[in-house]
Amino acid sequence: MDTRKRRKDRSASPQLEPIAGNGLLDRRALLGRGIAFASAATTGVGTSLATAAAEPLTNGPWSLAPGVPVPPYGQPSKFEQKVVRTLSNPKLEPRGSAARTPHHLLNGTITPNGLHFVIARGGETEIDPEKHRLVIHGLVKQPMAYTLDTLHRYPMVSRVSFVECGGNSAPLYSKEPIQANVQALHGLCSCAEWTGVQLSTLLEEVGVDSSAKWFIAEGADLPTMNRSIPLAKAMDDAIIALYQNGERLNPSNGYPMRLLLPGYEGNMNVKWLRRIKLVESPVMAINETKQYTILRPDGKAWQFYFPQEVKSFITHPSPGLSMKGPGFYEISGIAFSGNGRISKVEVSADGGKSWARAGLQAPVLSKAFTRFRVPWTWDGRPVILQSRATDEAGNVQPTREAFIAERGPPRGTPNVAAFTMEHCNAITSWGIDAKGEVSHVYA
Amino acid sequence: MSMLRESALAAALALVLSAADAADAPRYGQPMTAADLAPWDISIAPDGVGLPPGSGTPAQGAVVYAERACALCHGEKGSGGPSGPLVGGGPLNSTDRDPAKLIGNYWPYATTIFDFTRRAMPWTQPKTLTDNEVYALTAYILALNKIIREDDVMNAETLPKVKMPNREGFISKYPEKH
Repeated sequence: MDTRKRRKDRSASPQLEPIAGNGLLDRRALLGRGIAFASAATTGVGTSLATAAAEPLTNGPWSLAPGVPVPPYGQPSKFEQKVVRTLSNPKLEPRGSAARTPHHLLNGTITPNGLHFVIARGGETEIDPEKHRLVIHGLVKQPMAYTLDTLHRYPMVSRVSFVECGGNSAPLYSKEPIQANVQALHGLCSCAEWTGVQLSTLLEEVGVDSSAKWFIAEGADLPTMNRSIPLAKAMDDAIIALYQNGERLNPSNGYPMRLLLPGYEGNMNVKWLRRIKLVESPVMAINETKQYTILRPDGKAWQFYFPQEVKSFITHPSPGLSMKGPGFYEISGIAFSGNGRISKVEVSADGGKSWARAGLQAPVLSKAFTRFRVPWTWDGRPVILQSRATDEAGNVQPTREAFIAERGPPRGTPNVAAFTMEHCNAITSWGIDAKGEVSHVYA
Repeated sequence: MSMLRESALAAALALVLSAADAADAPRYGQPMTAADLAPWDISIAPDGVGLPPGSGTPAQGAVVYAERACALCHGEKGSGGPSGPLVGGGPLNSTDRDPAKLIGNYWPYATTIFDFTRRAMPWTQPKTLTDNEVYALTAYILALNKIIREDDVMNAETLPKVKMPNREGFISKYPEKH
């Protein structure tokens, strides 16, 4: 198609008006389909994006010589060395370690294994798979032990599932908006394809006693971390996961096996899993009494708060990814719910006054990351971006005001790594100033 | 239908059934006895089920606390350090500060102190404390919090009877949210 023809097509296509404040466009507006952006035309954005005269093309050295031998295990390009997790405890002092996923530097819905978030209380645990055992006992007819090899003889299932720490997004529960990027604020959630044996398959083999109502899952790491989980979850969709995105579990994520409880609080997805004990009632472990309980304003605490509620956040743009002048942008981000599929994500560019429905990248899977995208023309004036997700159960992500009305006012502005609140799923607001800098704001 | 066809069908059906039987129930677990399991079966229920024999007092616990250098992470007499304090804790419904969730003001069960100490402490040498030492440390921590008296003895019978101050402070979200 020659230039003249293309111009003709563009002028013939319909003008697209924004469908929500500050330039949000219909999600069906796609570049390359010849749709003209009304606001772009009226603000002269099309000309402002004109670039300086292009450099003459030359052959880079990579075009003039062979490369290097293909490595047996591929690593990201050396030009991508900044795409790493942030570590809360790099010297492994005697306390927990958190590694946060750099959502602002990724796209799509699957988290690479080396960038999956980690909370570990005893560091990354190295387990000899030959010596590892998973035992299932308690209120069963016949206690059994399984090796990694024997588990490979059972039918397996694969499912894409997010895992989110109960303390993810805790920095939003603060008096003042903490200035940090999406990795620091929301980096304790990730999404992978997990493959393994359904726990219900093994429970059928050991024979569940009718008095069993819960099971205790326990890891083989330093604190031998344990949690009580309703037996109903085991019979529903719990998996003894052996593979993460096609390869064996990453050591940080529980090699050689972990419990996967789709949609449930991350800490319950016990890594380095070595023991499952069926019991009548919860064991009241430290991580279901002191921790992972939510203190209410009246001094009582919620306990056994399992599903991670519907949440979304915008990754592009976000703090650290400044705008490159007015013009077209695609706003995109991540949405998920521990209660099922995402049914709708809306995006606002005027602090929640008006909303545009975002497009959801197929496939939209239950209890998995869903990528949302919405086209936008920024006119260069200050705006506040927000996203609001709804899940198939009808749960709507709350505003910060509604969230705080329920949980009580935050008492201060803590360190960004502090866990002052759990199960925090309030809407996140990004403020963009006239210079195009993005910051965390309350709106 | 001829006899031949009938028997062929029956044979085919039998083959399908036996294949289905095999596919339905893989059984490759290795049966375990209670004795096999004992070294890993460390769960302790809030009613005391699972607590081992043994006992300890606050005074004995103070000795273990010093011997195992617990103060490096938790401070002298549990007053606080890199891993937080073991004593203190104000009202949980205060609005003027962030209420720390500590043993004395928050933990609902004393058995959890024994359980966590036995499985995870000391951080650099977990699972090296004897059951007597764990009972003693548990007694020491409870006495520091003035939940038991200095002369109380903690064992499998007395520990589950300790009434923690915040025992009634929790409301289950399950099965309301599941």
